[in-house]
Amino acid sequence: MRMNDYITLNQGSGGKLSHELINSLFVKKFGMSEPLTDSAIILEKAGYSLAFTTDSYVVNPIFFPGADIGKLSICGTVNDLAVSGAIPRFVAVSFIIEEGFPVNDLIRIVESMAEEALKAGILIVTGDTKVVEKGKCDKLFITTSGIGILKHGLEHISTAGRVRPGDKLIVNGSLGNHALAVLGARNNLSFKTPVNSDCASLNHLIQAVLESCSEVRFMRDLTRGGLATVLNELSGITGYGILAYENSIPVDEPVRGFCETLGFDPLFLANEGKIVIVVGSGQENIALEIMRSDLLGTNSEVIGEIVPDDKHLVILNTSIGGKRILDMPSGQQLPRIC
Amino acid sequence: MCLSIPARILKIEGKTAEVSAGGTIFKAGLHLVEDVTVGDYILLHAGFAIQKISEKEAEETLKLFDEISNSMND
Amino acid sequence: MNLAAMIEKTVTRNYNFMEVCGGHTSAIHRFGIPSLLPDCVKLISGPGCPVCVTGTDYIDKAIGYSGIDHFIICTFGDLLRVPGTDSSLEKKRAGGADVRIVVSGLEALEIARTSPEKKVLFLGIGFETTAPGTAVTIKLADKENINNFYLLSAHKIMPPVMKEIISNGNNIDGFICPGHVATITGSDAFNFIPEKSGLSCVITGFEPADILMAILMLIKQVNSKSPKVEIQYNRAVTRGGNSLAMNYLHEVFEPCSVKWRGFGLIPESGLHLRKDFIRFDIENFLDVKTSGRDENELCICGNILRGLNKPDDCLLFADVCNPENPVGACMVSNEGACNSWYKYRM
Repeated sequence: MRMNDYITLNQGSGGKLSHELINSLFVKKFGMSEPLTDSAIILEKAGYSLAFTTDSYVVNPIFFPGADIGKLSICGTVNDLAVSGAIPRFVAVSFIIEEGFPVNDLIRIVESMAEEALKAGILIVTGDTKVVEKGKCDKLFITTSGIGILKHGLEHISTAGRVRPGDKLIVNGSLGNHALAVLGARNNLSFKTPVNSDCASLNHLIQAVLESCSEVRFMRDLTRGGLATVLNELSGITGYGILAYENSIPVDEPVRGFCETLGFDPLFLANEGKIVIVVGSGQENIALEIMRSDLLGTNSEVIGEIVPDDKHLVILNTSIGGKRILDMPSGQQLPRIC
Repeated sequence: MCLSIPARILKIEGKTAEVSAGGTIFKAGLHLVEDVTVGDYILLHAGFAIQKISEKEAEETLKLFDEISNSMND
Repeated sequence: MNLAAMIEKTVTRNYNFMEVCGGHTSAIHRFGIPSLLPDCVKLISGPGCPVCVTGTDYIDKAIGYSGIDHFIICTFGDLLRVPGTDSSLEKKRAGGADVRIVVSGLEALEIARTSPEKKVLFLGIGFETTAPGTAVTIKLADKENINNFYLLSAHKIMPPVMKEIISNGNNIDGFICPGHVATITGSDAFNFIPEKSGLSCVITGFEPADILMAILMLIKQVNSKSPKVEIQYNRAVTRGGNSLAMNYLHEVFEPCSVKWRGFGLIPESGLHLRKDFIRFDIENFLDVKTSGRDENELCICGNILRGLNKPDDCLLFADVCNPENPVGACMVSNEGACNSWYKYRM
């Protein structure tokens, strides 16, 4: 990979450039094993493994409709554990706080984290705090690391080792709401939106699906880079193709209106309360029923299927029955006039 | 050329309007159109309304498109 | 019967239709329209993307201004990643330059109002759809006596480049004409095409059914040997267009000869600020030197924009040149033929 002199925003936006940076620098230098998954499965004991994950939260602004950086930091780590099939149990939290940060805001964020931890059923057991001089960080950065218990027999869910042609892909609701809520709260693109972030802990919904469906073959949460990124990651890991149905992918009207106006693609937008679940063919109806009975999955839909394909492409059946390739976004999406 | 979508005028203040695209609200300069009122649909491009469009015609055309799209998916 | 089936029934020969609008290139590929057309109907992507046809020199100038103290560069997102000779606005931003994305010239003007100690340079790109908005912005700046707002214009107009294409030998049967340019100019602005060259024209919108309907209308025109300008997009386009917008455009801008990537200098095809507003022209205030180096000689963006080559004819395509590391602007812009081809190819 040709490295520039400076890191650019594109390299943190979850698409191809992020992947390149991670693979060519961190994975290589740290000797990490591939494929990279949302949680690392470690320490196998009798019947159980530990799932271990970490994530940093630097969202700007720190308060936005539907959530805040604190809630995000808990949901993100809980979801990374839950999509590996693990039951999230313990979280460590570190804060890097900018000098001058209002205490009332910090209290609000901490209360938000406590509330979400209770909802998710996890314990925050340890942490660290640093304060840096004004200007050395942007208000507040949070890092959370989490441990979950993974029952034996579910390890394949992270690695997609059992995914086969015919398997169905399900998402638990509309895409792009988080990205739109955050962009709207930044207030620098001359627009307002009624949309709230979908930030939520999905572990209970996921456990319900795991208990009812014997053939859950893969799960991943749709964060930066959107659905398109995860579908491409999946086709890359499995070597199979994916056929996705544009008409089945739920997108709320305000998100559509925003995307059409500024030239964004809802399939590239970030989410914080959405996952894709791959189930064996024949189990999609059971999975849908379970998911739709949960408040966090009422708009769940089957959005595609795994297909045999030597080139392991992700193909989108467009809204008019045409076909096109759905690639990963290369970097940040930008508002366009053309 | 280019990104321009029908948006509904919600509010007018002088030469600036608030317009709704599916519920997301954008600011639009009204300098390039005449005789527009709240409730009208305009084409929004780069922060300006560039044309007033008839809601009835827009709805009919989009309905026609929906029918065509649906028949193409059958 | 659906439109794709109607097209199948109506074709009697081969057809080549060129679209000259970035929005059309994008919509055609986004909806997978080529996959619905019979093999005898070919769609060619012409010089419709204002970013693609803007020369490296413009980007180099913008980059030059971004390096000057107290300058804020305001740009549409489209330009951020376009490669100049050595760098891009995005890379300059990463290195500390104040480069901001705006969605309107009005936003840039507001930045100038609220940052009086800075010089705000707005990068005006786009065709007749966008230029009137820039004209309004300049007029507002003039009325309010704002003295820290400047424009670097890369605005261009469509008819001259279409004249170029029809005058220089082509194998096109007709044009899918730009719906939003026509909203401003009116459909009459395109009458010269069937009159001078016998090529068919249909002005269309951006929904998939719009585009398919336009293709059907073009096929019928060709079959009946009756080339004319037809408006498919009649919910937005009229014969006379938006005269208010055109008046703003003519009041603030005058035509000038500018270089189009892949076409060289085309007379009267660019828009330059008139004398009354020349104080807003950044080059009138301050010049920057650019390296003027040549573009990569293996880059065939020029031929692609003329419809003479397809993206995969280029030796650099999908190899050295890709969306993450674009060489020519056809790959940088989302609407660029090469970018669309790369992302949406079947």
